Amino acid sequence: MPKKESIKKVLVIGSGPIVIGQAAEFDYAGTQACRVLKEEGVEVVLVNSNPATIMTDTDIADKVYLEPLTAASLEKVIARERPDSLLASLGGQTGLNLAMELDEKGILAKYGVELLGTKIDSIRRAEDREDFKNMMLSIGEPCIDSVIVHDVQSSVDFANQYGYPVIVRPAYTLGGTGGGIAENEKQLREICADGLRSSRVHENLIERSVAGWKEIEYEVIRDGAGNCITVCNMENFDPVGVHTGDSIVVAPSQTLRDPEHQMLRSASLNIISALGIEGGCNVQYALSPDSMQYYVIEVNPRVSRSSALASKATGYPIAKVTTRIALGYTLDEIINGVTGETYACAEPTLDYVVLKFPRWPFDKFVYADKHIGTKMKATGEIMSIGTNFESAMLKAVRSLEMGMDSLVVPSLEALDDAEIERRLHEINTERSFVVAEALRRGVSMEHIHDITKIDIWFLKKVQNIVRMEQAIRALSGREELTHDLLLAAKKMGMADKAIARFTGCAEEDIRALRKEMNVLPAFRMVDTCGGEFEAISPYFYSAYGVASEAKNSGRKTVVVLGSGPIRIGQGIEFDYCSVHCVWALKRAGFDTVIINNNPETVSTDFDTSDRLYFEPLTPEDVWNVLEIEQPVGVVCQFGGQTAIKLAKAVRQAGYSILGTDLYDIDAAEDRELFNELLTKLGIPQPKGTTVFTADEAAKAAAELGYPVLVRPSYVLGGQGMEIAYDEKHIREYMSIINMNVQEHPILVDKYLLGREIEVDAICDGQDVLIPGIMEHVERAGIHSGDSISVYPPQHLAPRIQRMVTDYTINIARSLHVHGLVNIQFIEYAGDLYIIEVNPRSSRTVPYISKVTGIPIVELGVRASLGEKVPAMGFGTGLYPPAPTVAVKMPVFSFEKLPEVEVSLGPEMKSTGEALGLGETAEEAYLKGFASTKMAIPHPEEGGVLFSIADHDKREALELAETFAALGFEIYATTGTAHMLNHNYVGAQSVPRPGEDTDALARLFDSGKIRLIITTPTHGRDPQRAGFRLRRMAVEYGIACITSIDTAKLLMKCVKLGKQEADVLPLGLHDLIL
Amino acid sequence: MATLILEDGSRYEGTLFGHKAPVTGEVVFTTGMTGYQETLTDPSYCGQIVCMTYPLIGNVGINDLDNESARVRMRGFIVSELCDVPSNWQTRKTLDQYLDEQGVTGLCGVDTRALTKHVRVFGTLRGRIVEGEPTPEDLALARRFEMHDQVKQCTCEAPYEVKGDGELTIAVMDFGLKQGILRSLNRRGCTLRVYPADTPAKAVLDGGCDGVMLTNGPGDPQDNPQAIAAIRELMDAKPVFGICLGHQLMALAMGGRTVKMKYGHHGANHPVKDLARGTCAVTPQNHNYMVDPEHLPAGAVVSHVNWNDQTVEGVRYTDRNAFSVQFHPEACGGPRETSYLFDDFLNMVRAAKQTGGERNA
Repeated sequence: MPKKESIKKVLVIGSGPIVIGQAAEFDYAGTQACRVLKEEGVEVVLVNSNPATIMTDTDIADKVYLEPLTAASLEKVIARERPDSLLASLGGQTGLNLAMELDEKGILAKYGVELLGTKIDSIRRAEDREDFKNMMLSIGEPCIDSVIVHDVQSSVDFANQYGYPVIVRPAYTLGGTGGGIAENEKQLREICADGLRSSRVHENLIERSVAGWKEIEYEVIRDGAGNCITVCNMENFDPVGVHTGDSIVVAPSQTLRDPEHQMLRSASLNIISALGIEGGCNVQYALSPDSMQYYVIEVNPRVSRSSALASKATGYPIAKVTTRIALGYTLDEIINGVTGETYACAEPTLDYVVLKFPRWPFDKFVYADKHIGTKMKATGEIMSIGTNFESAMLKAVRSLEMGMDSLVVPSLEALDDAEIERRLHEINTERSFVVAEALRRGVSMEHIHDITKIDIWFLKKVQNIVRMEQAIRALSGREELTHDLLLAAKKMGMADKAIARFTGCAEEDIRALRKEMNVLPAFRMVDTCGGEFEAISPYFYSAYGVASEAKNSGRKTVVVLGSGPIRIGQGIEFDYCSVHCVWALKRAGFDTVIINNNPETVSTDFDTSDRLYFEPLTPEDVWNVLEIEQPVGVVCQFGGQTAIKLAKAVRQAGYSILGTDLYDIDAAEDRELFNELLTKLGIPQPKGTTVFTADEAAKAAAELGYPVLVRPSYVLGGQGMEIAYDEKHIREYMSIINMNVQEHPILVDKYLLGREIEVDAICDGQDVLIPGIMEHVERAGIHSGDSISVYPPQHLAPRIQRMVTDYTINIARSLHVHGLVNIQFIEYAGDLYIIEVNPRSSRTVPYISKVTGIPIVELGVRASLGEKVPAMGFGTGLYPPAPTVAVKMPVFSFEKLPEVEVSLGPEMKSTGEALGLGETAEEAYLKGFASTKMAIPHPEEGGVLFSIADHDKREALELAETFAALGFEIYATTGTAHMLNHNYVGAQSVPRPGEDTDALARLFDSGKIRLIITTPTHGRDPQRAGFRLRRMAVEYGIACITSIDTAKLLMKCVKLGKQEADVLPLGLHDLIL
Repeated sequence: MATLILEDGSRYEGTLFGHKAPVTGEVVFTTGMTGYQETLTDPSYCGQIVCMTYPLIGNVGINDLDNESARVRMRGFIVSELCDVPSNWQTRKTLDQYLDEQGVTGLCGVDTRALTKHVRVFGTLRGRIVEGEPTPEDLALARRFEMHDQVKQCTCEAPYEVKGDGELTIAVMDFGLKQGILRSLNRRGCTLRVYPADTPAKAVLDGGCDGVMLTNGPGDPQDNPQAIAAIRELMDAKPVFGICLGHQLMALAMGGRTVKMKYGHHGANHPVKDLARGTCAVTPQNHNYMVDPEHLPAGAVVSHVNWNDQTVEGVRYTDRNAFSVQFHPEACGGPRETSYLFDDFLNMVRAAKQTGGERNA
């Protein structure tokens, strides 16, 4: 069937800010969709509030609206743009939910918009638990014994009938929010209540637990004519019980016989056909490990995280094909872009093993609960490809950037056997390493299997790695390494660095030895067809002992280092920068190569660069690619700290770094060198020093005077950064930071409580262009990534703006920046101080590019290639500010992370961001809040609860007065209530957690509290009342603000008396004249 | 160390497993990711050395349920990584043990992707697996390898019957059949009378049947003149359904031609378009020869086409009750969605039976 000619203008819904459970995979999917639509000559209108994405670029969609993803604001865009069709199945659960809401509210019908791809009825059947179960029953597909509940008691009744454990799955949520396994009635009551709150329709599925069964997934795709295929199947290393987003996953399945695979494959085709899905779909099963019994666990009637993984694992572009199907094409009409000669109706076949490993945020949230279960906690993931499981596993471990290059975890090695045995029972983020440690100590695979239910096949593979480790450790030194042993270790994916450590020599020695013995890496191609057809996909992975298929093109090549997994502090914005860098290099006539390992991203789409290497980002893995590619330059400034950290290794190997020189990168990152530079330039900075030990830190802090800011150098996202108010704090933080051996010193700085200012600039070594100055709403002390950031600045005196400009120019010039630089300042008591200089792209680059219309990354690339800034057409110095106000709002995933402190500080906690664009600052704030799901409160919706630390009480008084004057009921915890009442603000006193937690819970349950404003006292002890109050707010889904500055901003919006739908939608095309 | 030497002199190194004896055969590759046991026991591989493109083989061991025939007919089995600790609830033995029992030479640790690409570029090649370095004599042996009696080696020795609970009786001509075909028919209630490949048509018809099933089998279809003659008569008399070799033999019987393919189709992911239905399905395949679309018999139309390379995947004979497919609707291993063809066949048989006509053409 050819394309439906009625489709001329399509509205595409993106997935919004990155949160746990919904990450960069939807930027990848959405970008692919938009490109297909444009290729097909369809006009694309895109709505997505996430400014860090590639899909929200004006060269991806024709009209881009960075508007809140709410039905109200979508209606405004529909009314303005009048699209004839809507594509929602590539915007994650957010897109799907919005499509259903637009349909339910009659908005689609009102404006004559047709939903493309899977029909509303099909979506509803797949999403509604009861309808879904009935449909499965009617086609003979087994579902787990379960019941739909809308109240807690019904769930308890079910469990009493079928027995514990039971699983709670809330309906219509992303990433399994709010779900969990309950072992007893007490747990069930808690989890069930939690789930009901997080469900859009206040509904939970309670089901019999099949924990311990095999978890198998199928990615299926079907066209409008009824043709369907499975793209890929995947098997979870972690048995049922762990959310697939938190599981180690392999593709294809490894422990299934053909009849088992075909049984589930056929079931997937039956299900997708019965549901009438048109496009990609994901089906998850629990398969009994000792019979043919299986259950359908879940169906996602849309492109998902797993489909992004499957696309990268096989080379089959699910999102592209889904979009073509939505346009009316059938699978046998769509060409397979990898081979260029076969069609999308052939199933991919793999001749390698793919492994996905989740990236969890627990390096930042040290006190958080690291258990994993049905609620997803990973912020991102990496993928690795190998010729065997072992190499995929070891590559994965390296790709995580958790400071590991093998399965050896020193802290586990230090434990006694009994403790290792005990930890085998714990299902947490460390489990795979505990398993390795147990195997290392000779615990039998059978015993580990009995405890963990992890399949023996996987355990054997881990044992193979451990045995190789032991064989190498048993050598007396590197001299005893034979060619065969070294080759065998490399075939297993063992890092030179690990082999060096096991044999007591340096990484360089092993590398030299390998070259001497001719043990060299080869690069194999990913081609969807197992080598059966000639492929044109320039997509490679490394392997040993096989023939190499990659060669350099002989053309001038530049290698771009990617940013690895999405984590707090290094998100999708660096993928945006990497991709734009590649595009700019292509335009400049270079062959481009990307090295990256994140399956969710646009950068790892094989048609982004000329050649893609899916590899860990470590010196060894990068060197191997460089040796093949022989690039004229390597780009390290767009892949975040991951890429910057590799600059030294790149230079050591004799390759040149495109742009800012290594010495100057060091000058910015190395505190001593940086101090010298600022002193020379006469630019003030908060006083500070560097230390290694807790004693040194305490001494330094005493000299500087508390409070002080403590942080390691060479980190991103303020990892390990804290404000210490006294000696006890600084000693506590030093002990946490020093849990990992620090190669670089710890910085201790005087902490200034001023206004934070940030700029990104482009420099050619001489001239500097500053696209815009950003001002932070919250005072210094809250990480810049967690602050609300406003462009153009609203409160900066012209004198300060001039100083910002001058300082930026001086610093960029002195550091000989060729490319981008990001500088953070503090305005304090009328003076301007520098707090940080990053000689690289930053988190704010995408958003400033979009609102100013200046292609910052492209200009940065051109500057690093030697082009002069004045010749670029945007002038030099500070670019004139836009008439529109743009507000970048942080977005958090606290509901996914129990036991994490909600209040903000110098360590970054947000997982994503949203943008608010307005003709006035207030309108921009309003949209920004709406985009972060912080709808503007109204007095009829409930009151405001204050719980304020002593040092903020004075400012809180003014806030409370205003909220009271606006008609809000005011509540306050004991101390705060006393202060308010004393100052003639009527506040109802409520107990603090710990005083009467139940009473507080009843109050929260009653719906009387609409907003909580609570500022923290110091320290991060989870037992403190403020901490508990904020956690309760998150668990009850009550908006919670932890900074007086943020609260003041929200108050301004309340005073405005409008909702987001009352403000006109603004497209990026409206901003740039 | 052991070596696979191909007739063009190229070599692939590995390690012997299973039955560690030198062996000569025709080297083909298959892209199926699961179902190596079904592949091993598929008689159509008789005389061949099979290279698995999926690198991890032996993961689920060998069990008692998944055999497509009682014996392994292939001569050699080439894998990248052999699994020595299999894991599946049905596992009875390791792949290594099984190949040893079956007298089949295994070669593991091979760069199977490089070998696959070699075969893709140069076509199916003869080869020999030897321990250590191959000698000039090994190369000569590889070049001399020829085999024409594969069907004879694989077919049953005497007729036998499999009872079914329905009213239809199907005569099955066994050219080296996969059990999946018998199961597919028997599950649909058919009583099966299975005949050796060289059984004359008269003997089959005298034995009584409502329709005839022509099975898969190994080798060049033109090596079977006796069977071709029998099929000509059977197609005149009864509704006939042919699979794989059976499909090729029907075309030859009706005056068409078959040709050898460059490297054939072996795998579980081949898209086939059913031209009458207009739909595409994923099919399991295993063949080196195909029906030549330029020389179709009179009265024959192409019903199915391979959507990758547009080769003939199915033929319908418009002048009689007969059709055939190149792929494997019985699956085992591979996708099952074309099993409706057995229903189509039995509907054809039932209709023919009702009209009571003695002659099929």
